[in-house]
Amino acid sequence: MTMQWKLMCEQQDLIEGAGIAAMLDGQQIALFYVPEAEQQVFAISNWDPIGKANVLSRGLLANLKEQWTVASPLYKQHYELQSGQCLEEEGVKVTTWPVKLETGKVFVACR
Amino acid sequence: MTINTLTADKPRLVVVGNGMVGHHFIEQLIEQGAQHQFAINVFGEEPHLAYDRVHLSEYFTGKAAADLAMTDGRLYDENGVRYFTKSQVVAIERDAKSLQLASGERLSYDILVLATGSYPFVPPMPGHDRDNTFVYRTLEDLDAIRDCAKQVTRGTVVGGGLLGLEAANALKNLGLETSVIEFAPRLMPVQLDETGGQVLKEMIEGLEVKVNTATATQNIVDGEQAFHRMNFADGSYLETDLILFSAGIRPQDALARQSGLEIGERGGICVNNDCVTSDDSIYAIGECALWNGRIFGLVAPGYSMAKAAVAHIMGDSDKRFMGADMSTKLKLLGCDVGSIGDAHAQTQGCKVFVYQDELTQSYRKMVVSEDGKKLLGAVLVGDNSYYDTLLQYYLNAIDLPDNAQSLILPSMDGAPAALGVDALPATASICSCHNVSKQDISDAVCAGALSVGDVKGVTKAATGCGGCAALLKKVVDNELLALGVEVSTDICEHFAYTRQDLYNLIKIEGIKSFAELLQKHGKGHGCEICKPAVGSILASVWNDYVLKKEHIGLQDTNDRFLANMQKDGSYSIVPRIPGGEITPEKLIVLGQVAKDYGLYTKITGGQRIDLFGATLPQLPEIWEKLVAAGFETGQAYGKSLRTVKSCVGSTWCRYGVNDSMGMAIHLENRYKGLRSPHKIKFAVSGCTRECAEAQSKDIGVIATEGGWNLYVCGNGGMKPRHADLFATDLDDETLVKYIDRVLMFYTQTADRLQRTSVWMESLEGGLDYLKEVVIDDKLGLCDELESRMQHVVDTFQCEWKTTLQDEQALKNFRQFVNYEGDDTNVVFVEERNQIRPATEEEKQQLIAKAG
Ligand code: SRM
Ligand SMILES: Cc1cc2nc3c(=O)[nH]c(=O)nc-3n(C[C@H](O)[C@H](O)[C@H](O)COP(=O)(O)OP(=O)(O)OC[C@H]3O[C@@H](n4cnc5c(N)ncnc54)[C@H](O)[C@@H]3O)c2cc1C
Ligand code: SF4
Ligand code: FES
Repeated sequence: MTMQWKLMCEQQDLIEGAGIAAMLDGQQIALFYVPEAEQQVFAISNWDPIGKANVLSRGLLANLKEQWTVASPLYKQHYELQSGQCLEEEGVKVTTWPVKLETGKVFVACR
Repeated sequence: MTINTLTADKPRLVVVGNGMVGHHFIEQLIEQGAQHQFAINVFGEEPHLAYDRVHLSEYFTGKAAADLAMTDGRLYDENGVRYFTKSQVVAIERDAKSLQLASGERLSYDILVLATGSYPFVPPMPGHDRDNTFVYRTLEDLDAIRDCAKQVTRGTVVGGGLLGLEAANALKNLGLETSVIEFAPRLMPVQLDETGGQVLKEMIEGLEVKVNTATATQNIVDGEQAFHRMNFADGSYLETDLILFSAGIRPQDALARQSGLEIGERGGICVNNDCVTSDDSIYAIGECALWNGRIFGLVAPGYSMAKAAVAHIMGDSDKRFMGADMSTKLKLLGCDVGSIGDAHAQTQGCKVFVYQDELTQSYRKMVVSEDGKKLLGAVLVGDNSYYDTLLQYYLNAIDLPDNAQSLILPSMDGAPAALGVDALPATASICSCHNVSKQDISDAVCAGALSVGDVKGVTKAATGCGGCAALLKKVVDNELLALGVEVSTDICEHFAYTRQDLYNLIKIEGIKSFAELLQKHGKGHGCEICKPAVGSILASVWNDYVLKKEHIGLQDTNDRFLANMQKDGSYSIVPRIPGGEITPEKLIVLGQVAKDYGLYTKITGGQRIDLFGATLPQLPEIWEKLVAAGFETGQAYGKSLRTVKSCVGSTWCRYGVNDSMGMAIHLENRYKGLRSPHKIKFAVSGCTRECAEAQSKDIGVIATEGGWNLYVCGNGGMKPRHADLFATDLDDETLVKYIDRVLMFYTQTADRLQRTSVWMESLEGGLDYLKEVVIDDKLGLCDELESRMQHVVDTFQCEWKTTLQDEQALKNFRQFVNYEGDDTNVVFVEERNQIRPATEEEKQQLIAKAG
C-alpha cells in the first residue's frame, strides 16, 4: 500500500503542548504538538470511543512513565499518542497516523 | 397516639428518657441487632427527639434545633423503634411490670431502661420562682431566656461552675450586662484550685462580666431600678432583670423513688457494673444513675453506661461499666480551662508544680505522685494546648520524663513539649466520648481506613465533643507510618511535592510558568494532574491571563475554552449574574442570544442562566454579544468562585434584617476571578430563615440584628456538610476581612481539588485553629493574606473580554484547522420546545432517514 502525505496546516497553526482538530479525507483527527518529544507532532483519531464524541484534540497532554498520552476531556482515560492504545481499557485503541514536519508545514500520511 | 396497640410478640424493651444517653443506648441496641429480638419503645418528655445538649449554647449562636438534633427519627423508623415525644412516664408498677404515662395510659414492659438524666437544682430561696427566672437545660429553656432577654438589659447567673459560666457567656452574647454570683469562694470550685479560680475570675472580669464569689443570696424581691433585687447575706444587694439558676444538677430519680428502687442518700438510682438497678429487669444509665456512690455529669460516662447496659441485655458480660474519668477541657467566655484527675492535690504525699504568668494570665499546675513518677492531676487556665499531653500521661499512667515540669512550662518556640503518640500504650483512650482506644484506631487502619476521615467513619472517634480530633490525627498518622503505608503526598510522578509546597515554591521563588517550575523542581514533562494544579496556583498567585501561550497547555478543557464541555463535545455558556440579580434588559439579551443560536436554556441550581449546545466556533461569537451587553464570564468552568446565592433580604422581605442582596453582589464581585484549589460557593441570607441556604456553602453569611454571622466550610454535593459558625455580628468591613483571610489561607494550604469542607476536616486543630489563624493572627499571616487577596481583586479581568481582543487566543476556537464545517456527530433533537443532544439510537435513525 502506498502512503500519500497530505498537507494539514502550517506549523504555526499548532498549539505548543496541546491539540487541535483537523479533517483528513472526511475523518476527524487530532494533531498534538509536543516540542519535547522526538517526533514533535502526533496524529490520532479525534473520536473518543468511550465518551463517544469527537473531543480527543481538546484533552490534556500527559507524559506518563516516559510515554506521551492524551487524557480524554470527558472521562479522563489516557490514549498513547504513538500507538493509540488506551491505558485504562485493554481492548480499546484509537487509530494513529504517521506525521511529518517539513519546511514549517504539517503533513499526515493517509493510507 | 396509639400507645395501647403496642402489643407485639417479641419481649418489650422500654426506654424512659430520650436525651443524649437514651439515644446512644438505642443506637447501640440497633448496632447489636437488638431490634430483631425486642419490640423497642422510647418515651421522652421533651417535645424534641434527642438533641446535642453538650452544644446547647450554640442554639444562641446560629444553630437551629434541627442542627442540634441527634436524629430526625429516621434511624428509629427504619429499625422499627417506636418513639413518643411529649410523653412523660409518671409511675412504674414493678410487680405488674407496667408503666403509667401522664396521659393515664398504661403499658407493660419486660425490660425497662431509665435514662431520665438530671434536672437543674434551684436553691429554694424566697423569690426563686418569680417571673423572669430561668434554668439552662433544654431548648425550651433557651427559647424562654431569649424572649426575656429581648426586653431587658441586665442578667445574672446564680452559680459559677462550668455550666453557670457557659450560661453567663450566653447572656453576654444576648447583649445583657452580665453578672455571676457564686456561693463558694472561687469559680468552678469542683475543677479548679484557688489560684486557678482566681486567674479565671480576673480573665472573666476583663471581659466585662461581674463576678461575685463567696456570695450567698438570701432572697429575691422586687427591684427599684430593675425587675429583681437579690439580697445577699452580707447586706449588699444586686439589681437585675433576669436570673438564671445554674447551681448544680440533681439526678432525675423521681420514678425510682416512687417505685421503691434503691437510691443513693443524696439521690441517684443505684446501679452495678452492668447498670442494673436493684430490680433485675430495670437498668439505669446516664446522669440519673449512681455508680459506686458517684454521679457522672458528663456525656462520655453516660455513653459507656449505655454500652454496658446493651452488652448485658444482649448477653455479653465483658463490657462492664468501670467508672469514668471526669477530666474536662473547655473554653469558657473565650478562656481556656482544663482540669485533670486530682486537681485539688488530695492524694497522700503528692507533690505539686506550679507555673503562673500574670502578664498573659496563664496558670498551670501539675500534681505528681510522691516519687515524682506519675501524673495524678492538673489544672490549666488560660492555655489548653498542654491538656492533651497531660491527659495521656494521666490516663495511661505513663512514667513522667525527667524534667516533668517542662510539661507545663512554655517552650521556647511557643509549643508545649508534646508526648509522642508512640509512647502511648495500645489501651490508651483516645476518644472518651466513643470509648475508642489507640488499639481500635490501629485496627481500623489495618483494616483499610487510611485517612482520618475513614477512621472517624469506622470508629466514631472525634464525632462526639470533638475534643480529641488533634490527637486522633496524630495517632492515625503514626499508625500509617508504622504500617509502612507510604502516605505519599506527592502530587504526581512529576513533582515530589504537595500542592501546598508547590504553592510556596511558586510564591517565594517568583516562578511564573510551568516550564520554569518543572525545570527547577520537577522531572519529566507533566500530566493532567500537575498541569491544571500548577495552572491554578500560578493564577492564584500572579493572576495572569490563563490562555497566555505558556499557560494554555495547562488548562483543563473547560478552562482552555472558557466554557463547560457537554457529553457530545458541545459547550454550555454561563454568564455571571452576581447574586442572581438581573435586569429585564439583560434577560432579554440572554433570551435573544439563545434564540439566535438555538441554544437550550435552563436556570441553574446556582441562581443563574445556562445556555447549552454551542459549538466551539460559536463561543467567541456569542460572547462578543454578551460582553457588549455588559455580561462577564461566570467562570462556571473554573476552579474558582461560582455563585453567591442570595435572598432578597431587607429591601423587600418583611423579615429581612439587612441588605443581603447588596452584600451578595458585593461579595460576588470581590471574589470573582479567584482561582482556588476547588470551586467555591457562597450564599448570603437576610435573616435566620435562611432562604439562601448559606449554611451549606463554602462561605455562608447570615444577617443578624448586630451585623452578619459568618459560616465557613459547608458543602452540598456528594458529601454534604453543614458550615461551621465562624464569627458573629460582624460589621461589613470585618466580614470581608475575615473572608479574605479564610479564602486565601485555603488557597495556600489546601490539596488539589479539595473543597473547603474536606480541607476543614483535615486541618489539625479544626475550626478553633482556623479561628486562631484568621481572627487572632496566630501565624502572623493576616496582612499577607489580605494583600494577596487584594492583588487578585485589583488584577481581575474578564477572561472572555481579554480573549475577544486576542487574535492568537481566538484561533483556539476553530473547529478544524483545515476545514470550515461542523462536527457532524453533534446532533440535536427537539424536546419540550428546545434542543437536546440526540441519543445514539436517534442518531442512527436520522442517518438512515438521510441515507
Ligand atoms: C449547571 C448546574 C446544574 C443545573 O443545571 O442547575 C451544574 C452542573 C454541573 N456541575 Fe454542579 N451544577 C450546578 C450546581 C451545583 C450545586 C448547587 C449550588 O451550587 O447551589 C451543587 C451542590 C453544591 C456544592 O457544590 O456544594 C453542585 C455540585 C457539583 C459537584 C459536587 C461537588 C462536591 O463537592 O461534592 C460536582 C463535581 C465536582 O465539582 O467535582 C459538580 C459538577 C458539575 C459539572 C461541572 C459536571 C461536569 O464536569 O460536567 C456540571 C457542568 C455544568 C455546565 O456544563 O454548565 N457539581 N452543582 C449548576 C450550575 C450552577 C451555576 O450557576 O454555576
Ligand atoms: C448547657 C450544657 C452544657 C454541657 N456541656 C457539656 C460538656 O461540654 N461535656 C459533657 O460531657 N457534658 C456536658 N453537659 C452535660 C451533658 O449534656 C449530659 O451529661 C448529658 O446530656 C446526659 O445525658 P442523659 O441522657 O443522661 O440526660 P438528658 O440529656 O438530660 O436526657 C434525659 C431525658 O429524659 C427525659 N425524662 C426525664 N424524666 C422523664 C420521664 N419521667 N418520662 C419521660 N422522659 C423523661 C428528659 O426530659 C430528658 O429529655 C452539658 C449540659 C448542659 C445543659
Ligand atoms: S432569609 Fe429572611 S430575609 Fe431572606 S428572604 Fe428568607 S425570610 Fe426574607
Ligand atoms: S473525646 Fe469527645 S469526640 Fe472524642
